[in-house]
Amino acid sequence: MVESPFNDISYNKFLTEEKLMGSRCTKCGTLFVPPRPICTKCYAADMEWVEMKGKGELITFTVISVGPPFMIQEGYDRKHPYCTGVVELEEGVRVVARIEGFDNTKPESIKVGSPLIVDFIHRDTGEKRKTYLAFKPLESAEKRG
Amino acid sequence: MKRERKLGKGVCVIGAGMPKFGMFNDRDSKDLFAEAFKGCIGSVDKGIDPKDIDAVYVGNATNDFFVHQAHWGPIIADVIGHVPKPITRTEGACASSSQAFREACFAIASGFYDVVLAGGVEEMSKLSTEEATEGLAIFSFPDELKHGFTFPSLYGTRAVSYSEKYGAKWEDLWDLTIKSHNNAALNPKAQFNASIRDIMNTRIERAKAKGQPVPEWRDEKEALGDPSFNPLIAWPMHLFDCCPMSDGASAVLLASEEIAREFTDNPLHVIGLGQGSGTSLSLSEDLCSLEGVVYAAKEAYGMSGLGPEDVDFCEVHDCFSIAEVIATEDLGFFKRGEGYKAQKEGITARDGSKPINTSGGLKCKGHPVGATGTAQIYEIWKQLRGEAGERQIPNPNIRIAGTHNVGGHGGTCTFTLFERR
Repeated sequence: MVESPFNDISYNKFLTEEKLMGSRCTKCGTLFVPPRPICTKCYAADMEWVEMKGKGELITFTVISVGPPFMIQEGYDRKHPYCTGVVELEEGVRVVARIEGFDNTKPESIKVGSPLIVDFIHRDTGEKRKTYLAFKPLESAEKRG
Repeated sequence: MKRERKLGKGVCVIGAGMPKFGMFNDRDSKDLFAEAFKGCIGSVDKGIDPKDIDAVYVGNATNDFFVHQAHWGPIIADVIGHVPKPITRTEGACASSSQAFREACFAIASGFYDVVLAGGVEEMSKLSTEEATEGLAIFSFPDELKHGFTFPSLYGTRAVSYSEKYGAKWEDLWDLTIKSHNNAALNPKAQFNASIRDIMNTRIERAKAKGQPVPEWRDEKEALGDPSFNPLIAWPMHLFDCCPMSDGASAVLLASEEIAREFTDNPLHVIGLGQGSGTSLSLSEDLCSLEGVVYAAKEAYGMSGLGPEDVDFCEVHDCFSIAEVIATEDLGFFKRGEGYKAQKEGITARDGSKPINTSGGLKCKGHPVGATGTAQIYEIWKQLRGEAGERQIPNPNIRIAGTHNVGGHGGTCTFTLFERR
């Protein structure tokens, strides 16, 4: 883990292992998710890896009826829209992610501020394996758990 | 920004041209740019020999993706007979031709060239809606693209944030949509040269002709609220909140202020130039504002010595209805959270005190992305010279105009101010 470069490639690799990882500037303490090689606050270039707890709240969202081909291949269309959004983690940083577990046919029922917990969506296998960062309502996760 | 910006030498617009925007299967990018070029040369009051054009800057966002052909500079130079003189392609997503325009200004202001052409071209209609959706989504930040964000959805999230912060609902944006269509109905070069009422009537006639149930909308707002007329694209952006896929080109001719009057007695002076950049949704502190626009506006206002109250009218980047509201606030025309109310009160209508998007805007005029920036300047050119025909702003005293162009969802932002003297 220590040798991984602080970039999107490492971030995506950690996601496949169900780890949400960021980089923290060892000089000024600013946290970045996804990780960055250079601190854009103090311009220091000494980072350390930090694992996020995976809890946060919904800052904003949208529900998409007309998606790009790779989402259509997943089965999403006008009748089955998907939700994406911005989540603020407990650690104070924001990430973009897929949002699962809401009724996407009723976007007006999705509430900004909803508490969320991390989830990971895995697609394909072997070398093509790809993991998308997702969040789902904390409540439903606790009920099921 | 340490000091106020200024050009080393004054720059003027001395001509402008654009063909009608739309979706064309009988013309490609070369043909569209040739038409824009012809219109631009023909618009120079005292005439110009194309051989006197020193250099060309052409904006093109992503024909590489849309028509699988790259390196558009020489292709355009070839079609307008400019070879072997220099041409440079600029790419700033939907602000590509505003960047071309800025580079043209700098080239003249530096004293290197005297007469420069700036324009843009885009050909988007050859792909399916889904493929073109992906073609535009590549203008977002990598993490957004990966998670399935599309352009309507990037602005959709901003609309949700705006609604949360200021209480505006999707329905509050309908007045804006109706206004844009009313303007476009008077613009023969608009892709949707029709009011919402015109479109409703077409649907009613079609239903009658086919023997289908005839829609019974009482007014435009009832139609906009009907999902069969105005389906959801990305919450809360519905079809009529979104600009279309378009093919198109536009071109403007610039000359140094010293020689501009050799070409026309009625040039437009470039009095303010601003450009800023922006970051991803997750790093934007305020999702109800584009920080790059705020920066660009500060730069352009600073250079001109003017403020938002001095701008008589403006073409803003309304790729989505909410984008127009945010633009009018970022440019300082209205207070934060008040932009949508100004739209409702008719302040931004053609006969209002601050006309916005008299062309119909991107949403109705069309948005061939790389061509949009200089097409906005074409509208300013027509209006300030009193040549806008039926859509001419009724106030005869208009003198100062702005164009606001955004690439991505705020990644590249430009604001330019023009004056008729």
